[in-house]
Amino acid sequence: MNSPDPRGTTLKAIATTYNRGHHAFAVFTACATFVVITAGALVTSNDAGLSVPDWPTSFGYLIKVPHFVGGVRYEWSHRMVAGSLVTLTLAIAIWTLIVERRRWLRWLAVGAFCTVIAQAILGGLTVLFFQPPVVSTAHAAVAQTFFCIAVAIALFTGRRWVEEQPRVEFEQRRPSLFTLTLLCIFVLYVQLILGGMFRHHGLSWWPHVLHAVVVSFVLAWTAVRALSVYSHIEAVRRPAILMLSLMITQLCLGFTSFLTRVAWGRDAVQPELPMVVSTVAHVAVGALLLATTVILAIQVWRHVPVPFEERLPEAQRDPSAA
Amino acid sequence: MNKKTGWATTAVSMLAFCALLALAACSKKEEAPASSPTAEQPAASAPATPIDPATVATISGTVKFDGPAPKVSKIDMSQDPGCKGANEAETYVVTGGDLANVFVYVKDGLGSRTFDTPKDPVVLDQQGCKYHPHVLGVMAGQTVQIKNDDPTTHNIHPTPKDNREWNESQPPSSPAIEKNFAREEIMLPVKCNQHPWMKMYVNVVKSPFFAVTGKDGKYEIKGLPPGDYTLAFVHEKLGEQDQKVTVAAKETKTVDQSLKPAAE
Repeated sequence: MNSPDPRGTTLKAIATTYNRGHHAFAVFTACATFVVITAGALVTSNDAGLSVPDWPTSFGYLIKVPHFVGGVRYEWSHRMVAGSLVTLTLAIAIWTLIVERRRWLRWLAVGAFCTVIAQAILGGLTVLFFQPPVVSTAHAAVAQTFFCIAVAIALFTGRRWVEEQPRVEFEQRRPSLFTLTLLCIFVLYVQLILGGMFRHHGLSWWPHVLHAVVVSFVLAWTAVRALSVYSHIEAVRRPAILMLSLMITQLCLGFTSFLTRVAWGRDAVQPELPMVVSTVAHVAVGALLLATTVILAIQVWRHVPVPFEERLPEAQRDPSAA
Repeated sequence: MNKKTGWATTAVSMLAFCALLALAACSKKEEAPASSPTAEQPAASAPATPIDPATVATISGTVKFDGPAPKVSKIDMSQDPGCKGANEAETYVVTGGDLANVFVYVKDGLGSRTFDTPKDPVVLDQQGCKYHPHVLGVMAGQTVQIKNDDPTTHNIHPTPKDNREWNESQPPSSPAIEKNFAREEIMLPVKCNQHPWMKMYVNVVKSPFFAVTGKDGKYEIKGLPPGDYTLAFVHEKLGEQDQKVTVAAKETKTVDQSLKPAAE
């Protein structure tokens, strides 16, 4: 398992320095994203998505505070914190372009900005087209994609990532742990789309519930592999434990949401507190779970890569070419 | 262009894009959102088929709830101090077995007859953060006048299947909104997203032969030409029940109906 690099290759490292302020701002942006996702979940759970009928203005104004009652509280607050997040993202992107020497991270920051703009436009389309399930689900999925990007930027700008010499162990098992983490991300995205479609009345509840079994199996398999073989690598162990814990929490919250929303709340005349709390928590923990899985995939890619020669197509594995 | 200049251009482009977005948003009219066109344009209708008033019949009756009356759900209006209405949901309004808010209409049997659209509007009022009436019947193309008598803002948002969807805000003391629905549609939900308990149903039909049951479960449909008809009884939760009815000239017929919840 601890075999040295079979071809004597070393990972090319670009000298970069840790910038405390930049990293702190990236962490703050990621936290703000989580707040915006939670605020968005509150809008949907309170059935307040269309309480402000116009966009990009709110009751004809860009910022003026409306009569702060009923569904307007949730929708208007969501718009304001989301607007602030666009500003934060612009700031982190420009800061990254100025201070960062890693080219790929600069592109990631620009990608984050493009994603947040796309997300804002999707939010607008949701309002202007009266919440079509596909658009509303895309709005939910892109929100979590942006959260993952924000968390990744926070990770890449962190002291550990910048200064640590990563301990690398090459993976021999098949499927590789990295493949498993990618599979986790894929099944979580499918689950996110199925959940979004159910939440926005585009699908029944059963595909989401059925797929939860698949998600649980894939995530548990990945966590067990990571913890049984690579528990000595802290950067892998910690997200793997967190992923497993969040998955169990998410299953409990999913069951509670099903009870409060589907079983007991079917004929409710308005969203009730247990429904709102359980569904918002389900969305929030779902976002944390996806982001944790993305972190795990990144750390596995860094610490437990597939041997370099296996990444090459068969035809290019000529040792004399090394 | 060297690398540094390239990244600087990217940063400046992002700033310029944000400035453009803000400009676009600010350039919106800073007043209440303009109403969308007030009415859908129904297709030009043929002249009304004449009905001999000397032969018309009347159908009346009572709609009963089959089974023990469901428990009335309570509404929590605490999220808006401007809402001081009765806090009971109107999903099931059952008084001594009589069922209110059932839409009764002639579903079939009128053939190719056409009818004039009434000039008078029907009124939908928002009062006590509830819709009055809870179930409304209207002819296709007829004006629905929507009023807000509450000291708070509502938004009126019909979610039709066959008509055009719209969503408009109506602040307190603002003029009535006038709308119509061009196509026939039964139990078209209308809701207020600011007050999630506010829900009502509009029923759009092509003939004037419809009624909504009152608290006593009673309805009456007048002026019906003699013939064989299918009478439909529709409730927002209990669904639809149909009855075949034959009425002779000048006949007054009683047609009662009971509706029961679907087995769980």
